[in-house]
Amino acid sequence: MAELKLMKGNEAFAEAAIRAGADGYFGYPITPQSEVIEYLMAERPENRTGMVVLQAESEVAAINMVYGGAGAGKKVLTSSSSPGISLKLEGISYLAGAELPAVILNVVRGGPGLGTIQPSQADYNQAVKGGGHGDYQLYVLAPASVQEMADFVEDAFDIAFKYRAPVLILSDGLIGQMMEKVYLKDQKPRWTDEEINKMSGDWATYGRTDGRERNIITSLDLKSEKMEERVHRLQAKYKQMEDEDLRFEEIQTEDADYIIMAYGSSARIAQKTVELAREKGIKVGILRPITLFPFPKKRLMEMTKQIKGILSVELNMGQMVDDIRLAVEHKIPVEHFGRTGGIIHTPEEILEALEEKIVKG
Amino acid sequence: MDIKDIIKPENQVYAKTKLMTDNELSYCPGCGHGTAHRLMMEVVDEMGIADKTVGVAPVGCSVLAYDFMNVDMQQAAHGRAPALATALNRLMPDKYVFTYQGDGDLAAIGTAETIHACNRGENILIVFINNGIYGMTGGQMAPTTLPNMKSSTSPHGRDVSTMGSPIKMTELISNLPGVYSVSRHAVHTPKHVRKTKKAFQKAFKDLELKKGLVFIEIVSNCNSGWKMRPVESNIWLEDNMLPFYELGDIKVDGKLIQK
Amino acid sequence: MAKIRGAIVVDTEKCKGCEVCVPACPTSVIDMSKEVNGKGYHFAYMANPDACTGCSNCAIVCPDGVISVFRVKVEE
Repeated sequence: MAELKLMKGNEAFAEAAIRAGADGYFGYPITPQSEVIEYLMAERPENRTGMVVLQAESEVAAINMVYGGAGAGKKVLTSSSSPGISLKLEGISYLAGAELPAVILNVVRGGPGLGTIQPSQADYNQAVKGGGHGDYQLYVLAPASVQEMADFVEDAFDIAFKYRAPVLILSDGLIGQMMEKVYLKDQKPRWTDEEINKMSGDWATYGRTDGRERNIITSLDLKSEKMEERVHRLQAKYKQMEDEDLRFEEIQTEDADYIIMAYGSSARIAQKTVELAREKGIKVGILRPITLFPFPKKRLMEMTKQIKGILSVELNMGQMVDDIRLAVEHKIPVEHFGRTGGIIHTPEEILEALEEKIVKG
Repeated sequence: MDIKDIIKPENQVYAKTKLMTDNELSYCPGCGHGTAHRLMMEVVDEMGIADKTVGVAPVGCSVLAYDFMNVDMQQAAHGRAPALATALNRLMPDKYVFTYQGDGDLAAIGTAETIHACNRGENILIVFINNGIYGMTGGQMAPTTLPNMKSSTSPHGRDVSTMGSPIKMTELISNLPGVYSVSRHAVHTPKHVRKTKKAFQKAFKDLELKKGLVFIEIVSNCNSGWKMRPVESNIWLEDNMLPFYELGDIKVDGKLIQK
Repeated sequence: MAKIRGAIVVDTEKCKGCEVCVPACPTSVIDMSKEVNGKGYHFAYMANPDACTGCSNCAIVCPDGVISVFRVKVEE
């Protein structure tokens, strides 16, 4: 029976991590997500499940602790915000290259540089293009509520271990800080050594306690042919993610003439815009991607038969809009509206932009 | 007696441990890495803990250590091995976790990770191979390059006024309470090899006590980087490296050795 | 009076001709061959086999671990 609580997004994420049976959290303070580690430290999950919580000396150290733990087949995670995620990108590229399952939360704040501490969605490109160096993708989940901040932890671990790949949860300062009702799942027990052996015994480095050949965790392949094989193997995973684990939500799209495409906080605000628009007789609906990679390319292309135009609403200067344009292959107009600097757009502003750029245009 | 009568299985007194794989070492002829690897694996083998040992390999010449050490190994990003080892130790406290790092890895890019793992007293063994140069990338200056020593990025000799003095990481971290044992060794002569093997034996045993971090520095040669023949480089090591990086125990059983 | 006699076996194809074993030997047993192996290295061999006592100095200092050591007590 799920437990109902009123919680902050960051705290719900932390509590959900404990209940998902995570083995370890390694993090570093940065606004607006420090509540994740503060909650975990206060909660002392080592007494509840034996989960390790460690404040690392930097975001760089934290992502490498995640790499070490993931390499041993454990469920490990970290969290940070934009500048800290930039620091982690080398480690994230290594996680992808070494094919390690891990969960990383980015509670996005305004950037670039030190930026602001207020919400933003300006890390979209960084997230969906992998972020770090090399040919790889991250599976990216975008929560739009405190409930999803909690639910996506387990979902992320499931995906991470299904594919042996790192998963990024792309939240933002608004979702991280706001308080909402959340249903928390029952405690899932942490994996036993036997379960880890069964699930990951062919690759994880936990000591050869069952007499097997040694396992090696590495992303290095100096022979080009082997490297090519490795990269192709990664690409096959991403193709499978697109085929099997794409997630999106549609709100009032059945009769829509126009679509607002938005994720996270923008999607929440846009719901009010839809209400206001329909009062004025504008039939608009929302396509809310839940995964940003994989991206709902097929659905978008289908929609070009019905929809006259799409407004991409993002808390940035225009990032997801490019992916929408690619997906619809210029068949219909696609425009962007966004506020930046940590300023949140209002439903009325979005409606105005929709009318100006899409309905009239 | 004929040699054929001596070379019989029952007369064998030494062979390379099976915990070194049969792969040909990628190290230059004469490089101390090979010796250091073999000593560690010998000790792990003799203690019967291969199945409970996980090693973390660095970036540097020994990035391929996992091709040679026959235990579960993880390859770490440059400098980050102590972070990986921290997680391994915290998540699997009953395993023997070691890092094997070069001077750039441990004392340049990895300085923070080294110091903080030491400060937290992680129950791991850090093995620090110090040859005062960056071998893998072609012989550049390292934080441990000696004053006036030539390298590809200090072609006129290390000028301490602009490039800083060499860092003695080993002495630096020995002051941290989380560090249980610190010592400095060499592997270029049989006498040194025997002493270093004893040090590794104590090190792995010390991990069982769970009293803190164990740190072993091995001052080694890099004949390619130093542009010498192997035997010559070992003489240069004795004449130049060892007077600066003094061998011996620095901290034993949690107590600093008073000199 | 028993005498210790030793002998070494060198994996000549894996030997890299670094010569570190040569000064390690207390009885000057080892020298480098005139021939080369498949990689072009002059490999170590017992130039003076009668002097070998099987002390293992060469083997333990060899970076590539290519030397195996044998030792036997011989009754005189």
